[in-house]
This record gives sequence, structure tokens and C-alpha cells, in this order.
Amino acid sequence: MPETERVSPADVRRVAELANLDLTADEEGRMRRDLNAILDYVAQLGELDTAQVEPMAQVSEVLAVSGEPVSEKQSVLREDEVRPCLDRAQVMASAPETDGVFFKVPKVIER
Amino acid sequence: MSTTATAAGSIEGIRSAIAKGETTAKAVTEIYQARIAGEDPKIHAFLSVDREYALAQAVRIDDLAAKGDSLPKLAGVPFGIKDVLTLEGFAATAGSKILEGYRPPYTATAVKKLADAGAIFLGKLNCDEFAMGSSNENSAYGPVHNPHALDRVPGGSSGGSAAAVAAGMAVATLGTDTGGSIRQPASFCGVVGVLPTYGRVSRYGLIAFASSLDRIGPFGATVRDAATVLGVIAGHDVMDATSSTLPVPDYTESLDRGVKGMKLGVPREYFAEGLDAEVRTAIEAGIEKLRAAGAEIRPISLPHTRYAIPTYYVIATAEASANLARFDGVRYGLRAPQSDTLAAMYRRTRDLGFGAEVKRRILLGTYVLSHGYYDAYYKKAQQVRRLLAEDFLAAFREVDAILTPTAPTPAFKIGEKSDDPVAMYLADIYTVTASLAGICGVSVPCGKSREGLPIGMQILGRHFDEATIFRVGQALESA
Repeated sequence: MPETERVSPADVRRVAELANLDLTADEEGRMRRDLNAILDYVAQLGELDTAQVEPMAQVSEVLAVSGEPVSEKQSVLREDEVRPCLDRAQVMASAPETDGVFFKVPKVIER
Repeated sequence: MSTTATAAGSIEGIRSAIAKGETTAKAVTEIYQARIAGEDPKIHAFLSVDREYALAQAVRIDDLAAKGDSLPKLAGVPFGIKDVLTLEGFAATAGSKILEGYRPPYTATAVKKLADAGAIFLGKLNCDEFAMGSSNENSAYGPVHNPHALDRVPGGSSGGSAAAVAAGMAVATLGTDTGGSIRQPASFCGVVGVLPTYGRVSRYGLIAFASSLDRIGPFGATVRDAATVLGVIAGHDVMDATSSTLPVPDYTESLDRGVKGMKLGVPREYFAEGLDAEVRTAIEAGIEKLRAAGAEIRPISLPHTRYAIPTYYVIATAEASANLARFDGVRYGLRAPQSDTLAAMYRRTRDLGFGAEVKRRILLGTYVLSHGYYDAYYKKAQQVRRLLAEDFLAAFREVDAILTPTAPTPAFKIGEKSDDPVAMYLADIYTVTASLAGICGVSVPCGKSREGLPIGMQILGRHFDEATIFRVGQALESA
């Protein structure tokens, strides 16, 4: 498969659907071109052998204070207790459509 | 207001002038508001200003001063806030149409800490949409112009935050940095910009881009001002589970201790192909100044550096695709009108509300997380992220701080790279490494190009060792 064909038009449409994005035909072509260019660039990660490397998801996994790596995750769980949160009326004031209690949306299921 | 305080425009200069009764917070605020009125039509750093709000804050400081009370650290100091940070009741667009008209019901912790320390908020600052960009050209509200050359970009994504300080329209500002978005615009605009250690400043109230990378940090005209602001906004916050409980030192106290005997590393990978000749010359001259000031300069290697940009663009876009799922027209911001179904409303709202770069990154992030590609892209990038972090951990066993250029070039022209995403991403080539590793960094002005464009030196330090990079920055600034 040639390098420029990493992402097909069908791939772009599938990913756009997963991401809830509507793309025009123009946008679709442009996005395919850009995604292929970026992924060609990303492909160089394949040069590295990472079979023995643990994935790193959070900075806390590698914290080095004063130059000494901290071997264990510095994970501290907070108490599971009720804490104050934003007032409903304040939050609902930002909503495009609300009955004051719930967010209102167009119908979910087509009949 | 005395002319010296105006000219100095430093945090301590303003605070002490107000305390001594040489000026008032109101007078200082009005001076900066006049500068915004005069300069910002050319620069477009501010997305919103609220004159009355700022003046009301100033009057409260003047009341304190009139009573002879001791003034808080940032009393009467005019600030601007990047528009990805919330201030209750004020617009927070994140540079996006999808949040046009949104008034957040809460205030970011870092912003609240500034307010509690007496800061004056002049307004909210322009940025790339959702902080995605290296030039500020991705703002839905139009680009920011570099105060040093109006046809050039200020850098991004915190372009407004950097330009406002450079143009004297604010004494200090807050920005955010996910892959270089504070340091690179600081370099392009000739100001100081700080990337605090991940966990040093609470992210509560920051509209999220990539949560494992996002950080809030200050811009200032001097290292001392930037260090003062970091001291105010740093610290633990129950509202951000990743914020650190480590105590916050007084960064200004150790600032003048110099670099004598300090070991400073110069990584050869940051001086390779792609570095502009004038930037190289300026940074090498800066390194020689630090050597002359007594530092021991050591060549080092950070061998995985060339893999940082691809690693960053996989991880940052994956996290962005998840974070930006919340913009769906249901709870806040834009909703596309007249959609028959919920699914159509989601798609049309996001199509209308997001710009091209945001869509590109959501699509890339969704792709690298999707079935069949997760291991090849996302897991692979997380593995390389650890290798990049370990490069730094090894280097910091040998040296106290690391010196590099902040960006490979001075500010480029508006429009120059806007059609080529990969070329644009390479503007972050020296900054994404520290973002991925979680270490701290600062960009400090280090000379100018022949055309008069600023060049910044990046100083990187160990996790939670901001004090050391500020000392080095201060030594460079005063050399």
C-alpha cells in the first residue's frame, strides 16, 4: 500500500461518524490529505523497539524530585465524601434549551 | 502616577508605589486601559475587556491602601487572562465559535488566586481555538499580530497572552501550555513565559485540551515578575486530582543567587538540522554568558528527541478527541438550530462550531484510538513518551538544568505555514519534550535577529525545581 493511502476516503467518513463531525466533500478531501501527511510523519515511531517499555499515561509515573526518580506511583486517593457543587440554576442558565430542571434536546429515536 | 513606576511597570514597582501613596490602583488601571485602547486595534490580543470590572477591583485596592493596610502581593497589578480560563460571569470562548456567548458559572483556581492576591483583570486574551496551534492563526476571532513586527505571528497558542505583555498592555498574563503554547510565544514576543511542572498549578477552570499535558503558567516582562506570579498561582487544590501537595517555595527569594558552580546541560539534539543560524548564534552567546557567570556547561544527549513531535501529536490529539466530545450543543455554548434528531444536532453543532484545525485533531485523535490502530499509534506513543521522560531523568542526574533554543526560528510571517500542518507542528520541536516528560521550563529573552525579532532561550529543570530555572533565567537576564 503506498504511503499516501494510509487513510482512505471511507476511513475519514468512519472516523468523522465516530467523532460526531459532519464533513463536506471538500473538507473530507482536505482532511484525508492532512491525516495521511501527519500519519506518515508519525510512522517513524516504528523505528523504535518498545516491546519492553511500559506505556506512560501520567506524569506522576515518572516524577523525579531532586533528580531521584520516584519508583512507585504517587497515587493518593481522596476521601469519598459529598462536597459542594455548582447550583443547578446557575448551570442551567448556560443551556441552549432547558425546562429549568433538565436539558432539552431534539428527539433521540426516529419513529 | 510617578513616571518611574510607569516606566518600570514591574509587579513590585506598582505594588510599592500604591502602598506609598505615589499612585493609585485606579490610575494604574486607567493607564493600561488607555494602552489597550491605543495599541490593541493593531495587535488584537484581547477578545474582551471590562473597564468597569477592572476599575471596581482597583478601587478595592485603593481602599485598602487608604486605610494603611498591608497590600497583597499583586495589589493593583493589571493582568490579562487567556480565554481558555474561566472567570465567573465573563465570556470564555477558548477562541472557538462553539463557546460564543458562554458565561461560565465558576472561576478557575489560578484566576481566583490572582484575584485574592489583588490582581486587576483587564480582560480575556486571544488564543488558538482550544489552544490548538503554534501561531494564533487558529482563533475563530482572528489572529494576533506580533508587537515587534505586525506582519508576523506572536506564536501560539497563548499568542494574546505573550503579545499583551510585549506591547505593555498588561504587566503579566496567564497562558496555558500543552506542547509549547507558553514558551514558544514568549520566545516570539520577547517576554518571559513559564511552563510549571505538571501538578504545580491546579487545572480547575482550564477548558481542557489534553489533560495529561495541559498546564497553566505566567507571562511577565522579567523573570522576577513571572516567578512572583507562579508563587501566587501554584499549590494544591482539591478540585484537581493531579495537583501536587508539595509545598510552594518563595521563588523570588533565591532568584539572585547566581549560577556559580551550577551544572548546565546543552543537548546536542537541539542544535541539529532545522535550527535557524541566527537563533543558534544568539543561544550560543547566551550560553557563553552563563559560563562567564560561573556555570559549568556540559554537552549532553537526549537521544529520543526526534520522536517527540510524532509522540506528542498522537497523545495530544487522542486526549483532545475525548475532551472535546463534551461540546455537543446540550449543556452550554452553540446549538445548531432546527435539527430533527439528537444525532443530527450533535453533528451540525460541531460542524458549525469547530474550526479546521480542531476538526483535524479530533479526527486524528479518534483515528489513533479506534479499533485496530490503538496499539500501533496510541500505545506506541505512550511507550515512546516514557523513553522521552527517561532521557530527562538520566540527564538530570548529571546536570541541574538544561539550555536549549525555545523555537527553531524567530516569529514567522502570518500565513506562512497555515496550509501545512506538519510544518506548523515543527514550530514546537524543542518544547513538546518537556511537555511529555512533565518537567518545568521557562523561556527567557536571549537576543534578537538582524531584523529585530526576539529570540528566546529555553531553560528546563527537574520536576518541581522551578527555583533553579528561575535562578538561571535571572542570571541570563542580568548578564
